[in-house]
Amino acid sequence: MDLSSINPVLLVASIMVSATPILLAAMGEMVVEKSGVLNLGVEGMMITGAVVGFAVAVNTTSPMLGFVAAAIAGAALSLAFGFLTQFLLSNQVATGLGLTLAGLGLSALIGKPYEGMKSPTLPKLDIPVLGDLPVVGKMVFSHDIMVYFSLALVVAVWAFLKHTRAGLILRAVGESHDSAHALGYKVVRVRLIAILFGGACSGLGGAYLSLVRVPQWTEGMTAGAGWIALAIVVFASWRAGRVLIGAYLFGGVTVLQLNLQAAGADVPVALLSASPYLITILVLVVISARGNHGAPAALGRPFHASH
Amino acid sequence: MIRLEKRPQPSKAWTTFSPLLAVLLTMVVGGLLFGMLGASPFEAIRTIFWDPLFHPNFAAYSRPQLLVKAGPLILIAIGLSIGFKAGIWNIGAEGQYIMGAICGAGAGLAFYPSESPLIFPLMIFAGLAGGWAWAMIPAVLKTRLGTNEILVSLMLVYVAETILASAASGFLRNPEGMGFPGSRNFKEWGAAHNGELIANTGMHWGVVAALIAVIAAYVFLSRHIQGFNVRLTGEAPRAARFAGVNPTRVVLFCLGLSGALAGAAGMFEATGPAGQISIDFNAGYGFTAIIVAFLGRLNPVGILLAGLLMALTYIGGELAQLMLSLPGAAIQLFQGMLLFFLLATDVFTNYRIRLSRKEAA
Repeated sequence: MDLSSINPVLLVASIMVSATPILLAAMGEMVVEKSGVLNLGVEGMMITGAVVGFAVAVNTTSPMLGFVAAAIAGAALSLAFGFLTQFLLSNQVATGLGLTLAGLGLSALIGKPYEGMKSPTLPKLDIPVLGDLPVVGKMVFSHDIMVYFSLALVVAVWAFLKHTRAGLILRAVGESHDSAHALGYKVVRVRLIAILFGGACSGLGGAYLSLVRVPQWTEGMTAGAGWIALAIVVFASWRAGRVLIGAYLFGGVTVLQLNLQAAGADVPVALLSASPYLITILVLVVISARGNHGAPAALGRPFHASH
Repeated sequence: MIRLEKRPQPSKAWTTFSPLLAVLLTMVVGGLLFGMLGASPFEAIRTIFWDPLFHPNFAAYSRPQLLVKAGPLILIAIGLSIGFKAGIWNIGAEGQYIMGAICGAGAGLAFYPSESPLIFPLMIFAGLAGGWAWAMIPAVLKTRLGTNEILVSLMLVYVAETILASAASGFLRNPEGMGFPGSRNFKEWGAAHNGELIANTGMHWGVVAALIAVIAAYVFLSRHIQGFNVRLTGEAPRAARFAGVNPTRVVLFCLGLSGALAGAAGMFEATGPAGQISIDFNAGYGFTAIIVAFLGRLNPVGILLAGLLMALTYIGGELAQLMLSLPGAAIQLFQGMLLFFLLATDVFTNYRIRLSRKEAA
């Protein structure tokens, strides 16, 4: 095995790229769960975002428009979930699963004509001064705009939840919907907005996969990324900063195993390709062994104003 | 103003009626979808739901396929439904299905080319054990450490897929297969082949197992104390605890049972209709079975009917691909939509719709 073939500068740079889709989706899902809703449809919304973003970017030759369309597509799918769970009071676990299954089918249907095509990809930003720094410049300061957008999103969500009144209301709804309702807050409305935000973020994450990370469309290309995003929210104990750590940790594992495969490491390939999933399980185990870890109290419980 | 009012008890009529309404709605919306894809809606719906059974040319081929496809779906869904009733969400049946197939086929291949009549029973046992063991991972993690079984069981699907890839191209590869991936073909090895029991019906041992599972699950849920405990755990976990139900045992039982049944389904599929362990012998039955379980109202008899219906959409989907050149993914979306409409119409089971002029103050 030749470890010296792994370039540390490129390694960190590619970790940032591979963590971004999961970070976006996990941030969105964290806000949804903070409002007390468990949406297991992240995978379905991500892959729909991936295909819609790709299709729009190919047809308009503008990757930015692709991202916008992906966010809208993700939000549209999440609206179906929101309608079912919030107005028709369906079971959130089952509805989320249904969303994932439907999203996988929908994306395969839309994506058929786009298989094997190339899309315009996002340009790397040319940040003056910072980008010219030795080593760090190439590592951290010469990425495309979505990488920085995702980092800004982490800060924004953290500030929103911790320092704004609206964030406080959202958390109140997630901790005890009955009390929030009694205080006069519109539980269903708050949750719907959170669900839409989560859908849009998942869509963006999916589009980042198909437009930047890969960049191509293949059926089922998310390969569990949405589920990993869900696991990262649990790992992060529903805190924005820890979601960032979780996503980058996971990005690191993914990139490292690919690098090890390329370097011809003396480990079975099957074990390496399964490692992101195995490590996700391991992380979940370690976290749950610590006991109660701050899940919103009303997570997954349906709300009906009659009782 | 439309208002929902909780019913004191779930409506019996709607419990039966809402799946039918969901199927009807799916047909209407699906028809519109197929119309947008450039096929005549009525022709598409007829091709999917009617032609596989009654078309003068194709029915003879596709009718047996109904049982071939429904067998694994029903077998997996029965196991899942018992867990879902207890509020235990095993969504990794696809992984347990793969592991059951690998273990079952592997146990048989270890004795190749023996023609002993004990080979096939041994393989069934290994298939059950493989699926059971794979489901025990999330079960033990949940009961010992409180790890979420949804995420763990789902992650294990991807792990099982990488194991399948290395089985097909590595340790189970046919040594006489000129280096091509895929195990020995079970169709050429009588003692281990899960063939048709009655010619041209599609009936194989997996279908028999599915029917036995339906009857056993019915008896278990309605007549056995453990079945009552499972239902109680799902509907009123606190009451179940007070009644002395051990939640750990319920989790281990539900996940273990659903894993074992999924494993057996995988083994029957690999040694029968699929014929060999190949990289992509699994057709997503583990995920579709979730829809079957819900469509059947988590009720054994309902699951039997739902499994047949879902099998029909698989065959009809293939037929529609062939005759109307509809894309194969359209049928996947169609199945997903069915679950969505079912969950939506379910609201009528537990709630009554009231029209009122003004919201109560």
